[in-house]
Amino acid sequence: MALAVQLRSVVALVGRFPALAGIDLDVAPGEVVLLRGPNGAGKTSVLRACAGLLAIVSGEASVLGHDVRRDRRSVRRHVGMLGHAGFLYDDLTAEENVRFVARASERADAHADNAGADARTGPVLARLGLGGRLRDVPVARLSAGQRRRVSIAALVVRHSRLWLLDEPHAGLDAEGRELLDELVREAVGAGASVLFTSHEGDRAAALADRAVSMSGGRAQVHAPSSDEPRAPVHVA
Amino acid sequence: MWRDAALVAGKDLRIEARSRVATNQVAPFAVLVLVLFGFALDPDRGILSRASAGLFWVAVLFSALLAVQRSFAIEAVDGGGDGLRLLGLDPAGIFMGKAAAVFVELAALELLLTVGIVVLYGVELGGAGLMVATAAVATLGLAAAGTVYGALSAGLRVRETLLPLLLLPVLAPVLLSATRAWEVALGTSVDDGWRWVQLLAVFAVVYLTFGLVGFGALMEES
Repeated sequence: MALAVQLRSVVALVGRFPALAGIDLDVAPGEVVLLRGPNGAGKTSVLRACAGLLAIVSGEASVLGHDVRRDRRSVRRHVGMLGHAGFLYDDLTAEENVRFVARASERADAHADNAGADARTGPVLARLGLGGRLRDVPVARLSAGQRRRVSIAALVVRHSRLWLLDEPHAGLDAEGRELLDELVREAVGAGASVLFTSHEGDRAAALADRAVSMSGGRAQVHAPSSDEPRAPVHVA
Repeated sequence: MWRDAALVAGKDLRIEARSRVATNQVAPFAVLVLVLFGFALDPDRGILSRASAGLFWVAVLFSALLAVQRSFAIEAVDGGGDGLRLLGLDPAGIFMGKAAAVFVELAALELLLTVGIVVLYGVELGGAGLMVATAAVATLGLAAAGTVYGALSAGLRVRETLLPLLLLPVLAPVLLSATRAWEVALGTSVDDGWRWVQLLAVFAVVYLTFGLVGFGALMEES
């Protein structure tokens, strides 16, 4: 089975700045990998590169067996991303936003119809605490935490094989953080892989199978210690 | 592609219906343009009537700018552009969807403005077939070219000011051809109006083709 993520000497630019400076990184199927490091280390850039949102100028990058440089559309069909931005339309309701994503994700299947996507939307919203009247409220009127929950719902309905999470716990209350961790574990149980960044020390460590430290756009060789995430697999 | 187009068009039209920018800002702006032309050319209503085709299409052109800017502004908020790309939709479908939404908005606006030139300028409508065909093909060209240039300028910090500079010269053939065809339809000029419709069709086909082929690259660069 292809690795979920395989980066080899990947260099990527943000403007003229090398956000990734020859990074090597592997994520195995079903693995949860935490990227950590100081601000500007390149953690978000790794996630964006894996989603095909950052132009890779050299090196080799494949996600779920698809070449990120040559076949970004195939990559994007199979990855879900929770970023600093929520990817939400302010004038659409929570339900409309999530339904739009669910319907779009059905497009990969020529025989799928909107009914299947629509049927997935309601239960996911309810699970995220956005049932009842909240589902019909334009997201512009929701609180930051509620908007974050809508973004998580949009991520969940995609049934992605790779979750790319950038500071996923940010903006969530305690219950929301627990729920997010639960959803991540369920996704992994269903076969998804997860690559995420976090400054939430203990919580992130508990969620991850292994951590990769980053600095200057590169992954650092990792020295396990007693307070590190469980069962480190390897660092490319 | 068509399913993706329908999805994107539905989303854009739903946002417009909800935000009411088209009805509360773009449409009043277009009518205001007609009214201001009326003030500028009053009291000689003969001039207004003779120039009504050109004034109509100038108002449509300015409104098209607003509609295109709005179409891409909604993708600029909260990472919408990245979100749209992440869905892995067919870029040609996204292009067709956004162009279709702009087409629908402009078509509705043109109906309103047609009433406007009748009421404000005293125009007597005629040549319905030529008028409708011209409006349909011209609007298709406006929507297609606008969507292409909207995507081109979407990622730039100066997009609000750059888009008119890029788009207005490009749309000059639409203004010219649609005006000539409508002058024939309204009886203020004697010409072969359908020749201008053919030119509009060529313009629309060129930009539809360009959008279908090149929109993916434009989205990635924006």
